[in-house]
Amino acid sequence: MPSDSSAAIGYGGSARLRPLELLPWVLAAAVYFFAPSYLPLGAYILIMILFALSLELILGYGGIVTLGHAAYFGFGAYVAGILAVRLSGDPLLGLAVAALAAGLLGLATGAVILRTHALALLMLTLAITSIVFEIASQWTGVTGGSDGMHSVPILPILGSFKFDMFGRTAYLYCLAVLIACWWLVRTIVHSPFGMALAGTRENDVRMHAIGAPVYRRRLIAYTISAALAGVAGALLTHTTQFVGLSVLTFELSGEVLVMLVLGGIRRIYGAFVGPVVFLVARDYLAKQSPEYWTLGIGLLLIFIVMFARGGILGLLDSLKGKLVRKTP
Amino acid sequence: MEAFFSSLVSILFHGLAFGAILYVISVGLSVTMGLMGFVNLAHGVFAMAGGYLMITAMQQLGLPWLPALLLACAAVAAASMLLERLLYARLYGAGELEQVLFTIGLIFVAVAVARLGYGTGPLAAPLPDYMKGQTELLGRSFPTYRVVVIAAERTRWGAMVRAAVDNRAMAQSIGIDTGRLFTITFALGSGLAALGGALGADLLAMTPTYPFEHLVYFLIVVAIGGLGTLRGPFVGALLIGVGDTACKYWMPEFGAFFIYAATMALLLWRPQGLLGRAP
Repeated sequence: MPSDSSAAIGYGGSARLRPLELLPWVLAAAVYFFAPSYLPLGAYILIMILFALSLELILGYGGIVTLGHAAYFGFGAYVAGILAVRLSGDPLLGLAVAALAAGLLGLATGAVILRTHALALLMLTLAITSIVFEIASQWTGVTGGSDGMHSVPILPILGSFKFDMFGRTAYLYCLAVLIACWWLVRTIVHSPFGMALAGTRENDVRMHAIGAPVYRRRLIAYTISAALAGVAGALLTHTTQFVGLSVLTFELSGEVLVMLVLGGIRRIYGAFVGPVVFLVARDYLAKQSPEYWTLGIGLLLIFIVMFARGGILGLLDSLKGKLVRKTP
Repeated sequence: MEAFFSSLVSILFHGLAFGAILYVISVGLSVTMGLMGFVNLAHGVFAMAGGYLMITAMQQLGLPWLPALLLACAAVAAASMLLERLLYARLYGAGELEQVLFTIGLIFVAVAVARLGYGTGPLAAPLPDYMKGQTELLGRSFPTYRVVVIAAERTRWGAMVRAAVDNRAMAQSIGIDTGRLFTITFALGSGLAALGGALGADLLAMTPTYPFEHLVYFLIVVAIGGLGTLRGPFVGALLIGVGDTACKYWMPEFGAFFIYAATMALLLWRPQGLLGRAP
């Protein structure tokens, strides 16, 4: 799939931290201090940003079109929930185990599905999500079936930071994990590995020709992405103390895809902009009229595909380009 | 033993009916995805539109069942023609991701419109008395489809569509109007989907989330049968129809688990599907 030049700005380039890249964190801190009533929504947005970021790694950079990324998010959420109920509710342990479990699932399924292409690949990602969903819904003794797992006991972070009812701890917890994962993804994307991954997306025949291990690169990216999605899922379990079947649905896979594309694909920060705009808008509009919200999202998606493939950030880029050209 | 046989007959009966419906809905999808190379996740929208429009025609216009059915199919085919010209046609050369996003957008729009027009609950199709023994008719109806199918794949039309997909410039240069060809093929597929949706309104109930709920099944039918063929989805639909019914009857505790697992195994063994041509 060829990419136009405006979409290609987001990768490559300098690995040096630009001042603008600190903006999301300044805003996140501002929300904490000035809009405390939005902290629960804020924590959810941070989780979805992490989820979108994990998708960006394989979809934006690796060019792997998947409709089943919720499988890893939901798997991580359930692993964290089951671990907390059965063994220990320590959040950091939960994160580590969820990352490991989702990463292993990503490795095992990725090793199989990445051998296929196009429709077969799309179908297999759907099938995997459906299988995980079926297991979670039928294995009621462990997962709670369609009722889900309520009041999952989560211990204080590091033994001292309790989750409070205003969601302050939860928000900071999500923020800290997101910053760590952002740094990881940023490093990967700017590394030679990240470049090679983008290469497999742009032209995998040529990557094969120069002797690059295309399959292995894709598999590694897929595994890392699955692990990050699992961490996002575990965060959701820890902050809401609830796991339900909705974390494993096709709708969630579709939603995170929409958020990512809305923000702008093939650039890290699209994964930041999209969830914020999508979830804040949904918070306002969906309560008033869910029908028009669905209609609006549908029309917006069609509009993006037809006229603004770079999403919001892409539009900003082209706007900037026009302004720069006008003032020589 | 007798109980086993009676359950077997019942499973086959319901399974074949389900399979027939799945086939009529999915066959158009096989053409758009396989021959025209378009990942059309919104195919279920046309099936849903067929079902809803038929119900409307019967309840609001007071038409009898058969004219209502035909009217619904014609309306959906006409509307899909318009959609194809205005939107789909722009994305024929685009990547998978664009097509996936566009068709998901279309599903969202359709879900919203259906909710606004018909409410969120499921809607029962008011079938005429002679259709109440519905499975019987469906059971009988599919030998006819089968004849049509095998005939259609060998036609000049099929060859033209394949030619236009494989090398559009060449097809155009030998005088095939590829744009028109695609539009008509697309409309035909959507019209059939509407027919399937309307016929199966009793089996797959009409709800606004219909295109999402059953999408996986339509896709599985096409994927395991083999893309771009017309017989492929036939085999796929029967396998899924009977297999799914059998699983739900004998092992309800596993739900649809086996269907998905079997699909995965099959796609890994033959990524191009059972009857698909090797890539």
